[in-house]
Amino acid sequence: MRKTLFLSGIGVLCAWTLVPLYLIALGAVGGSALVDSWPKPFWPTSLSMRTLIDFMHIDGVWSATLSSVEAAVLCMAFSILLGVPAGYALARFRFHGGTAFRLMILLTRAFPVAILALPLTVGFIRLGLYDTALGVSLIHTALALPFAVLVSASLFQAVPREFEEAAWVFGCSRLRAFRHVVLPLVLPGIAATSIFAFVISWNEVFAASVLTVRHKTLTAYLLSVLSESPLQVQFAGGFVLIIPSVLFIFLVRKHLFAMWGIANR
Amino acid sequence: MRGIRVIPYLLIAPAVLFLLVLFVVPLVQTMALAFQSDGGWNFGNFSRMANDINFNDAVTDTFEIVVIAVPLQLALALGMAMMLRHVQRGRDIVLWIWSIPLGISDLAAGLVWLAILNDRGFLNSLLFRVGLISSPQSYLTYETPIALLAAIVIAELWRATAIVLVIIVAGVQLVPKEYAEAADVFGATPWQRFIRITLPLLKPSIQTALILRTVLAFEMFAMVLSLGGRNFPVLVSEAFNWEYAQQDYGVAAAYAVVVMLVSLAATLVYLGALRSPPDAR
Repeated sequence: MRKTLFLSGIGVLCAWTLVPLYLIALGAVGGSALVDSWPKPFWPTSLSMRTLIDFMHIDGVWSATLSSVEAAVLCMAFSILLGVPAGYALARFRFHGGTAFRLMILLTRAFPVAILALPLTVGFIRLGLYDTALGVSLIHTALALPFAVLVSASLFQAVPREFEEAAWVFGCSRLRAFRHVVLPLVLPGIAATSIFAFVISWNEVFAASVLTVRHKTLTAYLLSVLSESPLQVQFAGGFVLIIPSVLFIFLVRKHLFAMWGIANR
Repeated sequence: MRGIRVIPYLLIAPAVLFLLVLFVVPLVQTMALAFQSDGGWNFGNFSRMANDINFNDAVTDTFEIVVIAVPLQLALALGMAMMLRHVQRGRDIVLWIWSIPLGISDLAAGLVWLAILNDRGFLNSLLFRVGLISSPQSYLTYETPIALLAAIVIAELWRATAIVLVIIVAGVQLVPKEYAEAADVFGATPWQRFIRITLPLLKPSIQTALILRTVLAFEMFAMVLSLGGRNFPVLVSEAFNWEYAQQDYGVAAAYAVVVMLVSLAATLVYLGALRSPPDAR
């Protein structure tokens, strides 16, 4: 009896997560008749990519999707290139200002993105970064970088210092020891971190909306047409936004706890 | 040896420089923007913000969401984490399913719930089929503020409980099993064990989760816009509106400063209220 109760509790909570996802998918690929029907059926009458294809053909959607991908890939690259060395420094060296640096990184969490994005418009116009995916990716990196630093610090901490020291004894330079001994061990974790940087950028709305006009990212585009577009466009848009997120969470599922649990303490 | 001393600074330099230029500088600029109007330093923007008809609603709505959603999320996540400890087979898949919303933006989550809660959406279709309603009902309008608030809280619960869950589960994994076993030996009930043993040991994780979640809840705006349009103003959606539609950067910056102060205050409260001695971590 208790066992059944427990299992149905688990089942209900799984359904609570999955059913809304199923319903938006149904709205997006269940055929265009479904959107206008009342009452709505709960399983697809026909599977059709029509709504999604129509959505992608709306003027601006395809280029917005490309902008989103571009910004997210750049954000991923910047976060890793800047964050991993800093994480290594935090994990392996005790140095003046190290604690202050860690504190500054932790503190960034308390600041909303709104406060960063607002004044950048003017500066970005001057630098030619306004309305570009590069500009958007820079502000997204400011959000993802602290996360990348903390996670990579905890990844490096998990690799025993002795491994590296042994490599030095055998005549490896610091760089060589890092590349051949440490890097292979932390690479999966770093890959997961970079995927997270991608998702942070892919999902961000405020800065992307404020810093773009014609070259909107997908989130910024969807937000700007929210009040005037028909419902099926919004459902298709929501569905397209969700697909990569779900995939990525699947890819990084083994690292979720290492990333959030340890890095956030 | 001199070379070695320089290495850490060289390694953090790019990140520090980047954050100075794209974090510290804009932060200071926003504050400067907020306190400047009519060519001088004053509180002009703040008084214009406070006199706007949406300001009071935005403050109330924002706090309502945070005060209702965040404790519910914590309770739900704690319950889920405790349940997970008793799942033997399929734990990984359950955990994956429960963490899926972690990757979903507030905009996408808003659109998902819009599909369910709009007049001719899935909820009404279900209610109609079982005979509870005879025609489409509206939940997301200005006339139904309670239903709209409930919709936003539900969407928040759906989307953002996952992040609390992941932090709590990571914390649970660090708690030695022996503690619970010892409690069992002394005849503690499961509830006593949870309150007296598990909860205190999870304090650092709970603190982290609450800080992160509260700050993010104060920032949430795209979900509100997608579900309720401008029927349910929150602080950040107002900041967005002043910047984007009205092109008034001063008032937008004033809103951003308010959100920042509220977030910082919440962070300090949690740091103070859930303090644990350093060796207990």
